[in-house]
Parts: sequence; structure tokens; C-alpha cells
Amino acid sequence: MRRRTRSIAATAALALALPLAACASESGPPTLTWYINPDNGGQVKIASLCTQAAKGEYRITTEVLPRDAASQREQLARRLAAKDSSIDIMSLDPPFIPELAEPGFLAPIPSDVAEAVTTDVVQGAIDGATWRDELVAIPFWANTQLLWYRKSVAEAAGLDPAKTPVTWQQIMDAAAEQDKFLGVQGAKAESLTVWVNALIESAGGHILENPEASADELTLGFESDAGRKAAEIMGTIGREGLGGPGLPTADENATMTVFQRDRGSFMVNWPFVWSATNAAVEDGTLDASIVDDIGWAMYPQVDEGTDARPPYGGINLGIGAFSTHVDLALEAAQCIVSPENQAFYFATNGNPPSSTKAYDDPQVVEAFPMADVIRESLEKAAPRPQTPYYNEVSTGVQETWHPPASVNPDTTPREATDFITAVLRGEALL
Amino acid sequence: MTSSTVVPGATTSESDAPRKARRSDRARDEARLGWWLAGPAFVVMLAVTIYPILQAFYDSLFSYRLTAPSDKAFNGGQNYVVVLTDPVFWQAFLVTFVITIVTVLVELVLGFLLALVMHRAITQLRGVLRTAILVPYGIITVVSAFAWFYAFDINSGFVNHWFSWLPGIDADLNWFAHQGTSLFVIMASEIWKTTPFISLLLLAGLSQVPGELEEAAQVDGATWWQRLQRVVLPNMKAATMVAVLFRALDAFRIFDNVFIMTNGANGTTVLSLLAYRTSIGRLEIGLGSAISVLLFLCVIGICFVAIKLFKVDLASARGEG
Repeated sequence: MRRRTRSIAATAALALALPLAACASESGPPTLTWYINPDNGGQVKIASLCTQAAKGEYRITTEVLPRDAASQREQLARRLAAKDSSIDIMSLDPPFIPELAEPGFLAPIPSDVAEAVTTDVVQGAIDGATWRDELVAIPFWANTQLLWYRKSVAEAAGLDPAKTPVTWQQIMDAAAEQDKFLGVQGAKAESLTVWVNALIESAGGHILENPEASADELTLGFESDAGRKAAEIMGTIGREGLGGPGLPTADENATMTVFQRDRGSFMVNWPFVWSATNAAVEDGTLDASIVDDIGWAMYPQVDEGTDARPPYGGINLGIGAFSTHVDLALEAAQCIVSPENQAFYFATNGNPPSSTKAYDDPQVVEAFPMADVIRESLEKAAPRPQTPYYNEVSTGVQETWHPPASVNPDTTPREATDFITAVLRGEALL
Repeated sequence: MTSSTVVPGATTSESDAPRKARRSDRARDEARLGWWLAGPAFVVMLAVTIYPILQAFYDSLFSYRLTAPSDKAFNGGQNYVVVLTDPVFWQAFLVTFVITIVTVLVELVLGFLLALVMHRAITQLRGVLRTAILVPYGIITVVSAFAWFYAFDINSGFVNHWFSWLPGIDADLNWFAHQGTSLFVIMASEIWKTTPFISLLLLAGLSQVPGELEEAAQVDGATWWQRLQRVVLPNMKAATMVAVLFRALDAFRIFDNVFIMTNGANGTTVLSLLAYRTSIGRLEIGLGSAISVLLFLCVIGICFVAIKLFKVDLASARGEG
């Protein structure tokens, strides 16, 4: 019996070892692995286009990261901390770039590549790919939020946001008067930080005054006129029910649903809502007349006459520091971000280019009649605080500025400052 | 836990061989076979449980952030001080505690009723009935969490529409925007999903109650309620306590439902989620490990209370006692 046990164990060991041995051999051109965020298949398509263009020099395969940005960051950070050499190229959400750049998880971008990938690129995207004055990622696509509005509601309120920029106060008054809901993201998620940051930046302030400082020396900018104004707007929308009953759980998709329904009025959201709304009409789940009623304009102002600083988002490409093919990965990344590929990505997946050239592409103009507004918005967009401690700052904002109805200009800015400071010093849990 | 009955026997059989001469060759061979069969599993278990536990304890003594590996520094018990003096931890502890108590109690009552139905149901229906009752337990927790989330969601859910005749429920009720309603949905989904588990364990207990005892009680003129109270329940105490212990341990580690439905918003953070958010979200390995170690101690505490105070006899529940 003992002999049989041992032979079973030996067979089992062999069975485990064989597939591993099979992995070790690799034939053909080097394979580059691109970790992508989930989209409508655009990145997979671009990967195959670039594989073809490389003519056998390399092959790009894609691995899909989790759905939300926070989980994408978690996975990449953990893999990179373990020096994962399988990560050649990764799609990165800009706020998390400093955190990965600081410990050297991203391969440095040579100056000639840096120059090539920043020519004819919107400033917001370059800023989002820069850490400590050096380009650490390659700008891919750049996102920004617009003010979307129902023309009928704006007209009834006597507003024309496309011609004259509107203020938060004006759209709040319009929604209140007509008993409609405003589309803002009040869920306890990253989208809340995006909103808070845009409000504070539009009022002339910053969440972090010195984003490059170390954790215990960061200075927060909530306790300022800008912070209080932001709290005033958010608290009022929450308390007066202007965001509807779904506000405390509304993310970007939920906001869009509310906007498409009868009580929709004004909404701040990313351009994906345009392709999503059109797709819903094509599927027959939405009435076609809604599309004709939708207008778009620059993000609302906090102070009348002062340009808003809309949110900036998107994806930049990082090169894995532990990759065995850094040179090829840099080459492949430049292929991925070519203006043609960016234009293709925008037209098919609704993700706006960071390259200004791509906006002149005829397929872009056709699919997104608001492309010009997006480009203008990107030039004015303000990034979220760029710090290796972004996750703490963002989660701290979500803890103290949620639910929107509880936000009070007299107390919330101070609470947020105290709480985030304590967390950054390691004195409190998040 | 149950292996403790095997281990001492096996060692003494070798060291105290002369004194235990009564032990036959066959018994010794069986003990050895037992080691051969259980040994590999035992080693694997040690490797996958003891090692991470020790590693977590070690990490919990450091100030250690995954994205700043060079700043790793020993800080004694500072992490534990931070955790234990933080209201966030105690709030999470309280929420976890409430969820555990409420769900286990409700599941116990419902599970017992289901077990009774399965035990006594008409024989033709028994198979179908058992399968039907077990369906929720077969569903992956994340899937059931999403199903419940979308059912109650203010935009896509149907619950507000179906139950609008109940006071307090209307189209504008946002279940996930308040602590009470969020916890209600989280607990309801937990109960829906795991009641079958408890009812299975109770069913095993029910079938262990000797039929003649019940018959005797019936002959003596005991009512159904008296028979249940005096004969059935005392005879299935062991099975009940094991069911309670297993479910309490499970419920205390609740994660999926909360993660999917609220992600801890509106005071619904539970201990597992707090540990996750700290270790995985913030990448603060030291602080997160401290929370995990405390969570582990809580689980040990529940085991201790159940086994010592309520005298749960795991062996007897397996039919060995």
C-alpha cells in the first residue's frame, strides 16, 4: 500500500510540473502584454493593429484589468510591488500615476520618446502623465466632463449654456423651479472626488496645496473660500433634493439614467453618455426624441464670469519597470497612441483623444459633434491632486463629503482636513 | 479540530507501547494509515493557514506600505494602538456583531422550520423540496449580492414598485442611502443565501432524534409542542450548536454582500471590509495586518465561547459520540 501511495504522489508531482515546463518555451516574436482597462473592445483592436504594423517585431496581447479604477490600481500596484515582469504596457488612470512612479515601478521614458509623444497633445494630458517634472507615462486618451442639458429645460429657464456659460447657481435654480433633477455623482466613490475637485478648482482653490510633499507634510486646501463654496453647492443640492432620491448612490451610469428620464435637466458627465444614449436609442430602449433634446456645453462655473476647471480623466500608458522588453514596449506604446488610433478609439468607443490632431479626423467629427467643446474643455481641465497618497486623499474626501446632504460649508472643510491629515500621519483608519 | 481525537492516540501508541499493550497490531496499523491519509492534508493546511497567520502577525508590527518598501520600519504595537483607539474600528466591529447576531438568529428559526418541512414532508416531494431549498446556497455570494443589489436599486430595482403598498416604501426610497435600510438588504440577502446551510445541518440533527422517544412521548399524551420542546430539541442540541457556531464564524467574516452593495458607505463597513480597504486598498500592509490579526482573534474568541461555554461537541455532531 505504501508503494502505491508514493507512486500516486510522484504522478501528481509530475502532472503539476509538466504544464509549467511547457510555459517556459516561447517561439516567434516577443510577446508584449498590455494590461487594459475594460472598454468596448477598442484597445484589443488597437493591439492587433499595432501587432500588424510591427511586421513580426513584436506581438501585443491584452489582459483585462478590473472594472473600476481603484481595483485596477490595486491589482497593478500589487503586481508591480512583486516585480511582475509580465507587465509590459499598462493603461493607467492618471491620479494613480505618481504612486506607481515614486517607487520606480514605471520604466523611465527616454527624452526622445517623451518629446515625440507630447507634441500636439492637450496640456491636461501631459500634466497627468508627469511626476516631479518628468514624463513618466505616455498620454493616450484624455477625458473631461461636459455640462449636458435638456434643451427644453434650459429654454424654459431662459438659459443657453452653449452660448453663455452657466453657473451652478443657475442650474440649481432651474432644476428647483421646474421640479427636475440635476445629474451629479453623489455616490461614495471616485466620482465624488472628481466632483469635489472640480468644484474647488473652479472656485480657484486646490485640494492639495503642495501635492509633491511627503505624507506628513501635505497641506490641504479645504479650509478656504473655494472649499467652502464647493461645500455650499454640494450641500444645497443634497439637502434640497435637487439630485433626486438616488443622489447618495448615483455614479456616472445612474446619473445618465436619471438624465434620460422625464425629470432629467442638467448633468455633468463624461462624453461616454453621448455614445451610450445613441446606442440605447438604436436598441430601442430609449425614445429617439431624447437625443434631439440633448445639448452640451462647458462645465458650469462656480463664480459667474470665472472659467470653470472641468474634471480631467482618461488613460495614460505606463511601461512596466520590470518588463524584459522595455524598448519594444516603448515602441509599441508609441504605435498605440498614434493620432489615427486615438481617432479610431474616440469614434468607436467614445474616449476622447489627447492628441489635438485626432480631433480633425472626419470620423471623430461625425461621431461626436461636440468634439470641439471636449477639446476646449480639456485645455482648461484641472487634474485631481497628483500625489503618491492620492488614494488616501480621495477616500478621505469620500468619507467626509458623503452623503451630499450632510455637507456643510461651516464644518465639512475642517472635518475633511483633520481627518485626512490624521490618516496621512498614520494616526487614523480610513 | 476534530483531528485532536486522533493525534494523541497515535503518539501514545508509539511512545508508551508497553503500557498500552492492549493495543493490537491492527489498531497500530490503522493509526499509521490514519497518518498517511490525513498527513498530507495536515501539512498543506499548516502551510496555507499557519504561515500566512504568522506572516500577518509579523507584518502587523511594522509601518509598511507596499508602494514604499524602503520606508518599512518596526513600530512595535503602534498599529494596534491606532486600530483599537479608532472609532472607525469599533463602528465596524459593532456593525459586524449586529449582522452576526441577527442573521444567525433568523437563520436558526427559518432553518429549523425548513428542516422540519424537509424531514416530515410527503415522501414523493422530498427530493424536489430539498433541491429547491438548496438552490440559494448553490449560488455564488457575489452573484446573489448583485441580484439583491439590482432588485433594490433605486433606478433598476423592482422592489420599490412591487412593495409600494407597504408603509415606508415608495418609488423614491433609496435603500442603499441609509444605514438601516442598507443593513436590512445586506442581512436579508445573507439570510436568504445561507439559511439552506443551517437547515441541512439541522436536518441531520433531526434525523438523529430516535423515533421511539417521540413515540413514547406521544403515547404518554404529549402534545406536538411538548414533544418538540422536551424530546426533539434536547436531542439535537449538538447539531444545533454546531450549526450556530459555523454560521456565526461565517457571518462574522461577512464581506461580499457589503462590498457589492454599499462598499461600506453610510456606516455599513464591516471588519473584513476594513481589513481589505486598509491592506489592499490603501496598500498599508502593517495597519491592515493588525486589523486582520484582530479579526482572527475575534473568530478564535467565538470558537472559544462556543466550545467551552456552550460545550459544543464537534465529535458527537458527526455521530461519533
